Amino acid sequence: MRAYKPKDDVQRKSYYNDRFYITPQLPKESVYNDSTFSNDYLSLKRVVDVSEVYIQADHLVMYVSSEDNFKAIKHAKEILAYDFLMELSAIDYIASKGGFEIFYEMLSTTKHKRIRIKTFLKYGLAIESVNPLFRMADWSEREMYDMYGVVSNNHPLLKRILMPEDWHDHPLLKSYPLQGDEEASWYEVDKIFGKEAREIVGPELRDAACIDRYDTQRFARLGHEVPKGVEISKDNEPDTPIRYQEEGGVQLFGKTLVTPFDEIEKVQLKERR
Amino acid sequence: MAQHKVDFLQNGGEAIKLTTVDKIVNFGRSNSLWPMTYGLACCAIEMMAAGGSRFDFDRFGTIFRASPRQSDVIVVAGTLTKKHAEFMRRLYDQMPDPKWVISMGSCANTGGMFNTYATVQGVDRIVPVDIYLPGCAPRPETLQYALMMLQRKIRREPAGMAQRAKRLI
Repeated sequence: MRAYKPKDDVQRKSYYNDRFYITPQLPKESVYNDSTFSNDYLSLKRVVDVSEVYIQADHLVMYVSSEDNFKAIKHAKEILAYDFLMELSAIDYIASKGGFEIFYEMLSTTKHKRIRIKTFLKYGLAIESVNPLFRMADWSEREMYDMYGVVSNNHPLLKRILMPEDWHDHPLLKSYPLQGDEEASWYEVDKIFGKEAREIVGPELRDAACIDRYDTQRFARLGHEVPKGVEISKDNEPDTPIRYQEEGGVQLFGKTLVTPFDEIEKVQLKERR
Repeated sequence: MAQHKVDFLQNGGEAIKLTTVDKIVNFGRSNSLWPMTYGLACCAIEMMAAGGSRFDFDRFGTIFRASPRQSDVIVVAGTLTKKHAEFMRRLYDQMPDPKWVISMGSCANTGGMFNTYATVQGVDRIVPVDIYLPGCAPRPETLQYALMMLQRKIRREPAGMAQRAKRLI
């Protein structure tokens, strides 16, 4: 992985705006406000250590230790009837907390209740796969590995699911550059033609607002038109003076439609607008 | 033995047409452009519509083929990801010469709105492109127009010569 740069002083750099939107937190309720959830909590508490628990947006949210994730989910599935693992993934908190928060979103289709089991995994450690409990975890854990580099132990086939096998780094890490990553920007050229072709193909044009006034092949030079492909440079830029139609006047059926241009009487622009 | 005898000097010589090799070869090539059945993203929906009966590609002699080995033209219809770029190039390499490429839509032309790490920023980075078709997604009519432009381009080219290298790659 690349060196992790903290994003605290990003505001000093004018070209970068913090695109990681931090959502406002919904209000948290005590677990004892709801009898079902408090029963679930007390039942789970006997099996694993629960460090924090609350109800948020009708979800029971529970923090367990990262070693206990399998035990907690097994208990939730088999005893508490949360029979559906809806989603699991990680959240990158490497900069602030030094690891990943891994969440398991579960639903009980029979009892109509939802639980979110969260664990905190230190960077560099691996988490136990829940694939034996839910087949759905197979692809989700592969995605978690692909996007964050979080390894699941005892996973049947832990390889990348979306990115190519030989891709460098894990794209959803917050340290991953969205642009300007050399490995990524030359990936297809290196793969197909080899690194020697980099000079022939040239770098990616990522700046959509890129304008080169001396490039007559790709830019029209509105108002300063020259024939396509003519080589011009800063010293050798052709003079393209302002020309008005009314310089000689415009006649239509014998009537003067536009009077001839008179330099003294008419107001002229000193410069182009 | 033929019972009748054709007099080529009579009736304006109806049985004979005079032309050049270039023209007759390009007549065949340009009127039987077989594109590959190959869609990548939402542009492929428009391409399918163009191939269907409403917009009817068949009247241009354009019939979608299911194999690159039977195709003359590949329409890159949609976003080309970096993971897929290798396979797209392989399909292009499998097509017999002469072959042409239509880059359909903004994503194929320049990467379009996908200014991301995982998208090829223009298919001309990996294959030589003949026609760039703008739009997001282009209407089927514009794909037909692009095809007609390609036909015009083919008719202009000398047929006997090996295809001019459009680019080194």
